[in-house]
Amino acid sequence: MLQGIGLKKYFPVTGGFFASKAQGWIRAVDGVHVQVAEGEALGIVGESGSGKTTLAKLFLLLERPTAGSILFDGQEVRAFARDDLARYRRSVQAVFQDPYSSLNPRMRVQGIVAEPLPAEERLGHSVIRERVTEVMELVGLSRDSATLYPHEFSGGQRQRIAIARALVTYPRFIILDEPVSALDVSIRAQILNLLKGLHEQLKLAYIMITHDLAAARYLSTHLAVMYAGKVVEMGTCDEVYTAPLHPYTHALLSAALPLRPSLKRQRIILSGEVPNPLHPPSGCRFHPRCPEALPHCQTQEPAWKEVRSGHYAACHLY
Amino acid sequence: MPESSPLLVVDDLKTYFFTRRGIIKAVDGVSFTLNAGETLALVGESGSGKSVTCLSLVRLVPEPAGRIVGGRVLLAGEDLLCKRPAEMRRVRGRQIAMVLQDPMTSLNPALTVGTQVAEVIRLHQGVHGPSLRERILEALHRLRIPGAEARLRHYPHQLSGGMRQRVSSAIAMSCIPRLLIADEPTTSLDVTIQAQYLELLKEIQAQTGVAILLVTHDFGIVAANADRVAVMYAGRIVEMGSTLQVFDRPSHPYTQALLRCLPDVELKRSQLVEIGGQPPDLARLAPGCPFAPRCAKRQAICVEEYPPAVAIDNGHTADCWVATPVEV
Repeated sequence: MLQGIGLKKYFPVTGGFFASKAQGWIRAVDGVHVQVAEGEALGIVGESGSGKTTLAKLFLLLERPTAGSILFDGQEVRAFARDDLARYRRSVQAVFQDPYSSLNPRMRVQGIVAEPLPAEERLGHSVIRERVTEVMELVGLSRDSATLYPHEFSGGQRQRIAIARALVTYPRFIILDEPVSALDVSIRAQILNLLKGLHEQLKLAYIMITHDLAAARYLSTHLAVMYAGKVVEMGTCDEVYTAPLHPYTHALLSAALPLRPSLKRQRIILSGEVPNPLHPPSGCRFHPRCPEALPHCQTQEPAWKEVRSGHYAACHLY
Repeated sequence: MPESSPLLVVDDLKTYFFTRRGIIKAVDGVSFTLNAGETLALVGESGSGKSVTCLSLVRLVPEPAGRIVGGRVLLAGEDLLCKRPAEMRRVRGRQIAMVLQDPMTSLNPALTVGTQVAEVIRLHQGVHGPSLRERILEALHRLRIPGAEARLRHYPHQLSGGMRQRVSSAIAMSCIPRLLIADEPTTSLDVTIQAQYLELLKEIQAQTGVAILLVTHDFGIVAANADRVAVMYAGRIVEMGSTLQVFDRPSHPYTQALLRCLPDVELKRSQLVEIGGQPPDLARLAPGCPFAPRCAKRQAICVEEYPPAVAIDNGHTADCWVATPVEV
């Protein structure tokens, strides 16, 4: 349904306030292929600076890609006319990380939730109110809360409001940018269960951007691992977790700590740090930290390959 | 556990905040002990009193609103709560050091790394001249900071998040304290950097025998790094025991519920069991067990009286009227 082909987003680095000429480019997203089908939930995991959020912004049309294209139902989004674009914006909605900054403190919940509804359709007040009540019930908020302001709610409740706002246009696709990172553990489960329920009940497709591998495993059907602007591995969630291919995925999964102290696993401690996106390493971007690096990893960039059926990786080992 | 007396004894510590909304019992009768070379994890949600407990140990509770109203804190037999401010300043930094969540705010952005490490060593150990520089480099090497010589002239903004946290830990460990309080030390770090940092902390502990009080809300970190765990809820420790005891046989309904509601990387769960409701308002705590309104095993007595600590096993206790170990 939604597809990104060879997506690139470079940000210019300028010398100072008056210098307008770019001195270099930050390659935030550098040639990414992803696709999400109807009813799938794609988790995108990676560390900070790996380009996850920039990728989300590309899909939300908040940033214009430097190269590559986004296809929606097989059609190029950049070629959309005004009507199609409006339809796209209604079909693809977003929920952000921090429900304290994503809700306007001076609007009532009713107004916040109704805001994405298109003005040109001239919906009557009663229709709007009905819609708002409907989605608020979907996310587990009482209808009385529609007249309250955001500050009267707790963090978990606010995230429910944000989800209700995303649902009000009957989208087919929701982009979740770290939806539970700002919430406390006992509240996190409530929101994760809600999102999972909506996914199953409304056949919604998700892109979930997160650094929380456990949450990604719980909610996603497919998983993409990003490193320094590139997707290094993608496959079904279970495959990637149980039989990871790329050495970075191995290390990332071993750094995510399981809840059982009795379970002593072999942990891979990576040396070094995430590379500077201004000067990414040559060849495979992971080679300076890779425990299994081969000599040609330094010079040759690995190709994106289907290693097993439906399980892709970009690594010279395969 | 060694027979000798523990390094740190906290006994019935109470820290209240006196506000216009009423008295907020942020820490309400917390007791635990910590031995040299041991790591005790304090876990709990925000507002459970983890950080206020830490601040109380070093007597840095924001006054005048906050006050330690009762209890004892014994470090190697000396009661810290009776010390004069000048004596307390000598304890902080030399005997107890702290590492905080965000190194960008705990480091001074206008001073170089070298100056900031030097300050602590000069102040607490009276080292001057060329030996000072040696001591600074030694402190940075202990945290395996690469290119330590060059780093001395760097400012915090020139360092990555992981490196900043190492510098602030180097400052904390520069006087080889007996107790290190690490308050969410890896929350602002990426997972692979977090793994590096925690591994390093373990090595330093093995070398120096420092006792670590690790505050976190991440149960994965606790499972992998702590010897013992204390689970906090609404200002009290509701369950305490060795990491194996608490994770394999949690006995307080809150701990059980928490372990069931967390997604685990190791297994795909079909459904997370939610904990209904919200954490309580600490200014309006009802009598009885603070978890009772959210508890699935609530009895009539739970809303009337706070439960006593029940011994489950050797060193494993839970504050609950119906404490029963359960496998999750």
